[in-house]
Amino acid sequence: MAQGTLTQGPHMAIERTGEQTIVRLSGPWTAPHAEQVEILAGEIAAEADRFPLYLDLSGVERLDTLGAWTLDRARHELSARGQAAFAHASPEQKILLEEAAYRDFREEPKPRQSRAMDFLVDVGQSVAGAGKDLVGGVGFLGELVAALVRVVTHPRRFRGSAVINQLEQIAYRGVPIIVLISFLVGCIVSQQGIFQLVKFGATPFVIDLIGILVLRELGVLLTSIMVAGRSGSAFTAEIGSMKMREEIDALRVMGLDPIEVLIVPRILALIIGLPLLTFISSIAALVGGGLTTWVYGGISPDIFLERLRAAVGMNTFLVGLIKAPFMAVVIGIIATLEGLAVAGSAESLGRHVTSSVVKAIFMVIVLDGLFAMFFAAIRY
Amino acid sequence: MLERRHPAPPKNREPIIRVRGVEVGFGERTILKGLDLDVYRGEILGFVGGSGQGKSVLTRAILGLVPKRAGTIEVLGRNLDELSPSERRQLERHWGVLFQQGALFSALTVKQNIQLPMREYLHLSDRLLDELAMLKIEMVGLNPDAADKLPSELSGGMIKRAALARALALDPEIVFLDEPTSGLDPIGAGEFDDLIATLQRTLGLTVFMVTHDLDSLYSVCDRIAALGEGRILAEGPIEAMLASDHPWLRSYFHGKRARAVMAGGAQG
Repeated sequence: MAQGTLTQGPHMAIERTGEQTIVRLSGPWTAPHAEQVEILAGEIAAEADRFPLYLDLSGVERLDTLGAWTLDRARHELSARGQAAFAHASPEQKILLEEAAYRDFREEPKPRQSRAMDFLVDVGQSVAGAGKDLVGGVGFLGELVAALVRVVTHPRRFRGSAVINQLEQIAYRGVPIIVLISFLVGCIVSQQGIFQLVKFGATPFVIDLIGILVLRELGVLLTSIMVAGRSGSAFTAEIGSMKMREEIDALRVMGLDPIEVLIVPRILALIIGLPLLTFISSIAALVGGGLTTWVYGGISPDIFLERLRAAVGMNTFLVGLIKAPFMAVVIGIIATLEGLAVAGSAESLGRHVTSSVVKAIFMVIVLDGLFAMFFAAIRY
Repeated sequence: MLERRHPAPPKNREPIIRVRGVEVGFGERTILKGLDLDVYRGEILGFVGGSGQGKSVLTRAILGLVPKRAGTIEVLGRNLDELSPSERRQLERHWGVLFQQGALFSALTVKQNIQLPMREYLHLSDRLLDELAMLKIEMVGLNPDAADKLPSELSGGMIKRAALARALALDPEIVFLDEPTSGLDPIGAGEFDDLIATLQRTLGLTVFMVTHDLDSLYSVCDRIAALGEGRILAEGPIEAMLASDHPWLRSYFHGKRARAVMAGGAQG
């Protein structure tokens, strides 16, 4: 005779009389005792040897779908070997056993393809995906330009307050962090410059180094990376969650163009804001560099400024500034495209925000490299 | 399905939820002002009230999602304020909640959504977990194909059903349903009501249902409580509601829409 274990939980006793088996069930056969229910049901199936077999439910205090399913599954498995049935089920239990009658949910396993095949499929899909990204990006650039032209030709459709609001979010609120980071990077670059140049007795050349490096490259790069992280991610999240909640569709059915309403103001604000931030960033880095040369190199601010004026020309300053609006367009397009690609789930939103920032930073650096080659070729 | 169910009055009038003098407010605004309510074991309580009167607020206060300023709430004989965090978690296994928007986890498939509480609390084999999830999916009237779909791929009605399946995952004693039939077509809503009635009969479930669906109130609710002015205006079976002369209740149960439901019920 097999016995169930705990007295508090479900309980079963198997009685064999002559040619039949009676399994007396008692206690609660419910979800809180799920583990024991499953074990006991397995035991019934394993221990039964004489048929017909009756599962006597008269002692069962409570039964829920979990208990009913498990018991009916045991009964179903037993009936392959001989007659098995429930006995003394109350009307409620009968309804429940009917609702939770055993049926086979298992599906035939899907055919597995080889690993090499899967790998090739993955590679193919990512290449096709990258191609689609590029085509989509160019197509979107076209739409954006068309929308910009519409705004220019119909100035009444220009949303000034939206642009100002975005400018505040992107540029004004970004100033403190960008100033701080640029200042620190300026300090670090000039300190390292002094340590290396002092070996050749060429300490004053650190001013040329810092001036040219900051104005041509560092200012715009640092600003673009910060803006991609701060504002690019915000765009993607805003547009993505608006897409999830059908707000974009709502704009469309009202006859408003989402690109004109949502995206043009953001990208215009980026195009205006990024050069401004680049300028501020460059100045902060130069101030940091100047302070460090004073402290570590003993070069006074007067000399620093004089030497700086000799080292950098207008072109050095403009090279950095010319790049900024292009960076802005790249960041804006990537952020909005990723935002519009968000599907229904929270996970998808997170994935697209991440990929927006990663792609934008990557493209900003690639673009900077292309500009470096271009300016070298035209000797500017 | 419009035919009135004649529920046996609960034999032992044991309150499973006991709300006493509950006051809930946000800032200056007090929404519930000393509200008393009993929900008895094994009944289906329909909870009605105008928009913004605090139906959802009371539900959320019972569930502990909104802090209350005063009063006590007892569930299954335990005062919710006196429970330790682990006792509270124990208690939470005994209730299931269907949120108005479904609140399915968007990153998980329907099956994974249903299995999440089971995996967390029950120690079962993977096979049984799969079977139970599929059983729940069938019980709520979803197509088995829906099991591997993400919530974003489901229609509104399917989301409701999937969310009910998740609320029932642990075979709870109490289920809270927040407008379960809103957004369902009348046939689907009727099936939903029948399903709730069947579950209540077989599992001895207690159902706390916030609803505006007069069909549901007529066909499945054993008792109705009407909320207004921060307290319970009236409670009792539908007949008591119809007999009440409170102006809001009169316009609710004797309005044009209500008359249409009653006429339909008389014919069917």
